[in-house]
Amino acid sequence: MMTSSLLNTISLPAMLSEPVGDHGGASAHLAQLAGEIGIDTGPKWILLIVFLPLLGFVLNALYAAMGNKSKLPAWTTVGLLGIAFGATLTMFLQYDGTPYTVHAFEWFNLHYGEKSIVANFSFYIDKLTILWMLFVTGLATLIALYASEYMAHDIGVGYCRFFSAFGLFVFSMACLVMGDNLFLLYLGWEGVGLCSYLLIGYFYKKPSAVAAAKKAFIVNRIGDLGLALGIYLIFVHFGTVQFAELFQSEKLHHYINSAAVGDFSAIPGQAQWIALLLMVGAFGKSAQFPLYVWLPDAMEGPTPVSALIHAATMVTAGVYLIARMYPLFLVSEHALPIVAWIGTITALLAATIGMAQFDIKRIMAYSTVSQLGYMFAGLGLLSTTGAAFHVLTHAFFKALLFLACGAVMHGFAGQLDLRKLSGVSWMKGWGIVGITMLVGCMNLSGLPYITSGFYSKDMIIAEAFVTPGYSAIGWILIITAIMTAYYTFRVFFRVFVGPKHSEPGEDFHGDDPTHFHPHAPGWAVNTVLVVLATASMLAISLAYIDKEANHGWVGSMVADSTASFHSPYAESLAAAHDGGEAMVVAGPVGTAAPGELFGMNPHEAMILIAGLGAIFGLLVAAYFHGPKGWQGLFLGGRTEASKCRMDAVAKRMGPIPHLAENKWFVDEIYAAILVTPLRVLAHIFHWFDKLALDGVVNLFGFLPRVFAWIIRPSQSGVLQGYAVSMAGGLAVLLFVVLVIVMRAGGAA
Amino acid sequence: MMIRALESLQLAQLAFPSEMPDSVLAPYLFVSAAMFAIGLIGFLTRKNMIIMFLCTELMFQASGLALIAFGRHHLGSDGQTFVIFVLCVAAAEAAMALALVVLLFRHRESLSASAWKELNG
Repeated sequence: MMTSSLLNTISLPAMLSEPVGDHGGASAHLAQLAGEIGIDTGPKWILLIVFLPLLGFVLNALYAAMGNKSKLPAWTTVGLLGIAFGATLTMFLQYDGTPYTVHAFEWFNLHYGEKSIVANFSFYIDKLTILWMLFVTGLATLIALYASEYMAHDIGVGYCRFFSAFGLFVFSMACLVMGDNLFLLYLGWEGVGLCSYLLIGYFYKKPSAVAAAKKAFIVNRIGDLGLALGIYLIFVHFGTVQFAELFQSEKLHHYINSAAVGDFSAIPGQAQWIALLLMVGAFGKSAQFPLYVWLPDAMEGPTPVSALIHAATMVTAGVYLIARMYPLFLVSEHALPIVAWIGTITALLAATIGMAQFDIKRIMAYSTVSQLGYMFAGLGLLSTTGAAFHVLTHAFFKALLFLACGAVMHGFAGQLDLRKLSGVSWMKGWGIVGITMLVGCMNLSGLPYITSGFYSKDMIIAEAFVTPGYSAIGWILIITAIMTAYYTFRVFFRVFVGPKHSEPGEDFHGDDPTHFHPHAPGWAVNTVLVVLATASMLAISLAYIDKEANHGWVGSMVADSTASFHSPYAESLAAAHDGGEAMVVAGPVGTAAPGELFGMNPHEAMILIAGLGAIFGLLVAAYFHGPKGWQGLFLGGRTEASKCRMDAVAKRMGPIPHLAENKWFVDEIYAAILVTPLRVLAHIFHWFDKLALDGVVNLFGFLPRVFAWIIRPSQSGVLQGYAVSMAGGLAVLLFVVLVIVMRAGGAA
Repeated sequence: MMIRALESLQLAQLAFPSEMPDSVLAPYLFVSAAMFAIGLIGFLTRKNMIIMFLCTELMFQASGLALIAFGRHHLGSDGQTFVIFVLCVAAAEAAMALALVVLLFRHRESLSASAWKELNG
């Protein structure tokens, strides 16, 4: 019911049937897709973006075969990815607003009867693609540079293996994002899953890493099944898997028209199911409840992998999928509300777990799950701009946070427990890590106006309040934002400021454990951290570029793609204001909002509330975890690493901190209700297989042996014995013949 | 008796002889049967593999003799044709069998067939 009220007012589709040109931006784009313009062909050098990372994969595999023992794999990867990033940038600068495809080679081209499946190795370039590829290739280059130093203890085959998988990952991600059809998207989707598996299990001698890799792969399969069925259903229903054809299909446009007036009964159930199935795929890959459990465990992989794959790029594939397939989600009655609610639940649940963890990398992992929840909430609330903007800012600041934590982990021999580290920023050589970590924490918390994370998160939260019936989501997201600020600064106040203290972990990488000295990060790590921190801060400006028309630069990128649509509320209001002459383009948030909140424009009210919430969370963290003096903002009272004011509070909270620290026992619940029954069933099948099926087969194998056992003694080994039996047999035969002949003769 | 033998000789030398009577056939078959029996008994009683091999040759030739006799008896060329084949096979088989015997001897330093008794089921 909420859905129909939500989608009732979408007015995009009504315009689609009218000629292009009457309406700007968003609908024009879809209409253009729908129109007779067809699709242009782009320059071939764009293929470099896809195939250079693949070349990196091949070269690194060759280095491994040749037994390379230098940093060559890292420089190869950084170089190739850098060129790919340059090509992406050129693609962005040369883009003139018309989507086009680039053909590499023919892949699937099957015809049977009236139908055909065409899915070429071709790439579909529009602004959504460009937006994603910009940060994928950019971050991949930076993180490869970081990894050149971070992985240096493993130089040799391991180093080659790491960068080989790294290149393959970027190639797969490029196929996923740039593919012009769903098959290529699926190839990339599985490819990134494979690389994720390979890299989580990078330390394959460590049982926990192997288990985490398997868990990630298996949980992702559940989502992948949904995606595969969704693609199948798209083909069955629309008869094509190519984006250009799919979005041009008249069928789809009729559905969107129906959805716009809230008449979902006119849309066949089959078409509505597509979005629900694709959604399952997105939940798996982007670690949404209930499939999020693999992501925290994925932190067993090397930190650059956590930063690139499990924070910045791969996990946003689900967001990309929904954004790319947005028209299909619009025509499904229940899909978007489910996406919104699942995102919200995930955001809250992961934040509560993150508050109670002690492992700083795990805190960041739960924070990633939580922030992905925000993105899904944004998608579900019809704010693809907010979701995409949050993807972008999150990619930068979360990669930054992971890499800063990784630097700490690397320097202190794998120590990640925030109770065993303190005042890291004040140690010699760690200043840059401390400052960049502060920048990352501020962005993640969303401190008002001075951080990019604030703008993107605010866009989603505000959207919840301007969407009728969704203010509950808005409140939950605000509470989550306070929690986010708390757990983020908890890490900062515990680890990076305060009295200097450190205990090494257990991964010495060949250092002498008895004379351990923390080693500060080198130039590569520091450079990457500084670049990412700068990028995070510069991203603020994106909110102001093109602010009036599209809500920031990201809005203009999204508006020019399949992810865009007319904001019903903005439109209806603008229509009311301007007497029906509205030309409002996609820009769901803040253009104009219906009603008021606390006597203010809801958007501005939310800026205030969310911003104050973030500051409140920060101050709470400072009070409970901050060190004494100015470092704890004169609120904290911590004097040693392992003790803080929170300890006493936690004791009085009963079992809650314990439950949260143990992730609300979700893994154990899954084990009890899913894994154990399945395992029991597997054992039953195993024994059935072994006893019943193998039994029958073995019986047929056993019978000849019994028979042979009876007749075997006749093979005595005595040559004369055989001869006697031959001669005797001949004699008997002759005798019989003789008798028959004589009888016959007698009768005649 | 003498005349009869002469007659049969003349008959055999004729280009298109008449059928050989049963009475002439009988001695051939008798000799053939005797040769076969001697060969068989030799094969069954002796353990020396070369002797056993010779006995099989004897049985071969017994059957060849019977075939020729029957062929002559029925005025057909099938019997003689068969014998040619038998001779070919026997020649090939002789080469094979003797080689085998040599190999077997090298393994056991013995020509006795009972040296290979462990090749049982």
